[in-house]
Amino acid sequence: MDDAPDMEHESKSTHILSYGFLTGVFAVLMVLTATTIIVSRIELGFWNVVVALSVASAKAALVIFFFMHLKYENRTIKTMVLLAFVLLAICIGFTFFDVGPRT
Amino acid sequence: MTEHKDYAGSKMGMWLFLFTEILLFGGLFLLYSAYLHRYPQEFHEAGKTENLLLGSANTVILIGSSLTVALSITALRLGRIRHCLVFLGLTVALALCFLVNKFFEWSAKFDRGIYPGSEHMKSLPVGENVFNALYFAMTGLHGLHVLVGSVLLSVVATLVARGRVNREDFVILENAGLYWHLVDLIWIFLFPLFYLIA
Amino acid sequence: MDQAAPRDPGFLASPGGKNTLFSWIFSTDHKRIGLLYLSCILTMFAVGVLIGLTMRLKLITPGNHLLTPQTYNALFTLHGVIMIFMVVIPSIPATFGNIFLPLQIGAQDVSFPRLNLFSWWLYVTGASLALISIFTGNGPPDTGWTFYVPFSTKTTTNVSLAVVAVFVLGFSSILTGLNFITTIHRLRAPGLTWGRLPLFTWSLYATAWIQVLVTPVLGITAMLIFAERVLNLGLFDPGRGGDPLLYQHLFWIYSHPAVYIMILPAMGVISDIVPVFARKKIFGYKMIAFSSIAIAAAGSLVWAHHMFTSGMSDLAIWVFSLLTFIVAIPSAIKVFNWVATLHRGSIALEPPLLYALGFIFMFSVGGLTGLIQGSAGTDIHVHDTYFIVGHFHYVIFGGTGLGLFAAMHYWFPKIFGRMYDKKKAFLSFWIILTGMNLLYFPMFVLGLEGMPRRYYDYLPRYATGQFISTVGSWILAAGMALMFANLFAGARKGRPVGSNPWGGASLEWSVASPPPANNFITEPVVTKGPYDFAGVIVDD
Repeated sequence: MDDAPDMEHESKSTHILSYGFLTGVFAVLMVLTATTIIVSRIELGFWNVVVALSVASAKAALVIFFFMHLKYENRTIKTMVLLAFVLLAICIGFTFFDVGPRT
Repeated sequence: MTEHKDYAGSKMGMWLFLFTEILLFGGLFLLYSAYLHRYPQEFHEAGKTENLLLGSANTVILIGSSLTVALSITALRLGRIRHCLVFLGLTVALALCFLVNKFFEWSAKFDRGIYPGSEHMKSLPVGENVFNALYFAMTGLHGLHVLVGSVLLSVVATLVARGRVNREDFVILENAGLYWHLVDLIWIFLFPLFYLIA
Repeated sequence: MDQAAPRDPGFLASPGGKNTLFSWIFSTDHKRIGLLYLSCILTMFAVGVLIGLTMRLKLITPGNHLLTPQTYNALFTLHGVIMIFMVVIPSIPATFGNIFLPLQIGAQDVSFPRLNLFSWWLYVTGASLALISIFTGNGPPDTGWTFYVPFSTKTTTNVSLAVVAVFVLGFSSILTGLNFITTIHRLRAPGLTWGRLPLFTWSLYATAWIQVLVTPVLGITAMLIFAERVLNLGLFDPGRGGDPLLYQHLFWIYSHPAVYIMILPAMGVISDIVPVFARKKIFGYKMIAFSSIAIAAAGSLVWAHHMFTSGMSDLAIWVFSLLTFIVAIPSAIKVFNWVATLHRGSIALEPPLLYALGFIFMFSVGGLTGLIQGSAGTDIHVHDTYFIVGHFHYVIFGGTGLGLFAAMHYWFPKIFGRMYDKKKAFLSFWIILTGMNLLYFPMFVLGLEGMPRRYYDYLPRYATGQFISTVGSWILAAGMALMFANLFAGARKGRPVGSNPWGGASLEWSVASPPPANNFITEPVVTKGPYDFAGVIVDD
């Protein structure tokens, strides 16, 4: 964690994503959306949820890293984002210590 | 000491705010997970009553609006103010389409006697009742955020038009964009949980 | 120095000499906002104390009819809601954190000064709504501050308004945390590396993360109660497939880490005070800083230790009990390190140190009793008894409360530029410590003997302990009255002091007392640690 507090030499994260690149990301997101809808029509039992959430996570990753620009941010911000999602996972996961056996 | 504008700090603050939104909705996702585990069959059944067409359309609309807001930032940074305003306008328009679709969905549910606390809902198998209660809670809270986001983006658009947000000082637009993408992110997870569970 | 001589009032005065209310309540100066918070928090504290004294008065003897049961239920609910959300949670961060964080890191203000002011206004709004809920509708909430379903969704008292108030207050806390994290990352003065931060700042950093990440879960929990009551959503109604235990999970996912929001800043205060009055570098700086983060992290994993008797699965009981013991470790490390700092130090027994020592004692007692609760087997016997009440008052009041009092005695001379009467400070400390122990220690005994909590009456066998406890509450109140009278008198007309009456080495002691409006005339460049006392001049 050594983000220099020196504001004069601030380099605004200079990376600008082109129209073409952003549209490309959108296209992939559309393909993933179509995929998940199609797969959901196939009866896979328990695996339906797994596939659906995996695809959703992939879409989320694209939105976070490219639309939200996280790929080009510094390590501090990336670590913070990870921290938030890890905490959410723990909250839901640990609750299942109770819910799992009890249902 | 003169007052500096801290671009990185401003962005960090926005990300921190987004974390609070993630954890806010996270509580509802926790409830959904627990109840899905308890009532897998009923969730499957109740999911069949959802309108897959409208849900899918809304997914395309919202992801599309994420594209347009991202494009608006690129446009501004390249100095193309008019493009920026067009993209922002498209984003808000798409957001409003989303809300209109939601209105139709909810109306259809109400017409079928499914609304919070309704007698019909209470008569459903308990798992289906929980599914519907979660549907209203989660899409309701999400819809509220779509509304707030639309207002926010409209305000930012006027700031762009006035030059207050510009090629040199664009963090406000970026931060509004971040908020909007979060709204999209939440929907990306809501969509399979409510529409693809059938 | 001549007490009548005019002093530079620094940030306490407004430019142009017009020190209006307006200039204060719309100020974006972190020091003014800190004092605004302080005045509100101390007011709410007084209200909370009065409620507590009333409860204790009802309980002085068994079988009296001083209050109706309904009133008693409302009182303990209000006592909890006020003390937790309006006093202890914001207590140190919003007051001394706001005033001293920028000073300790050599900054002019926090990262988002206007957001800071907005946080205070949110606090005022939330507190007002909570107070209004006492008088409107069907009376104040009677659910306990924990608002457990199904009672909270069914009771006709003013729960809906109260949870809105809690939501607003939570938002205030979130924004403060957000501000502090950004400030610490972005606005440190040149040379002020993470390894040179005062431990108070480290504690604020760890606390801010908890505030930002878990308070939203309280937010959604409050929203859900509201939705259950107003929209009849039925998500926790067992008759409609809901699970009341899920409410408890959501509630405690916030409310357990919340206790670390309460204690970490107080620990930070102690970590700053002890080295100054031992004239010795803090023992194990890195471990204390690391422990602050470890407490925040581990504290987020243990919430269901509040639910051992709730009907939760055995697996969950086992896991959460095990994890709870891990949290004790970093807390213990801090206590060891403070004691090690004092060992062979050059001790100056000034009021701040005395309160700090009181903290260490009270927190240790409270913390040790926490282990009995964390162990699921023994918790079965003490859950929902007075044992729990004793435990949390020892750690929150004996801990954070004394930490707050220590902070006042340490930093008021800096804020107001005047010293209080030290003899009165010593006297009030001993009265407070006596009162606290008389009030709360019997509760451990009562709890072990089976006295349940939140009961408005009790069997005669508990009468002795209850009586001692009530007398203790009077002694405690008297001690606090003396303490506050002394502090306020000192702030207004005490002996003027210079910039560094205690000989501290962190940056706030390098500016005038009171600090000027813009903190530092030139941005400081830091070349040494915050507990490096070589060359530090005591400027009294």
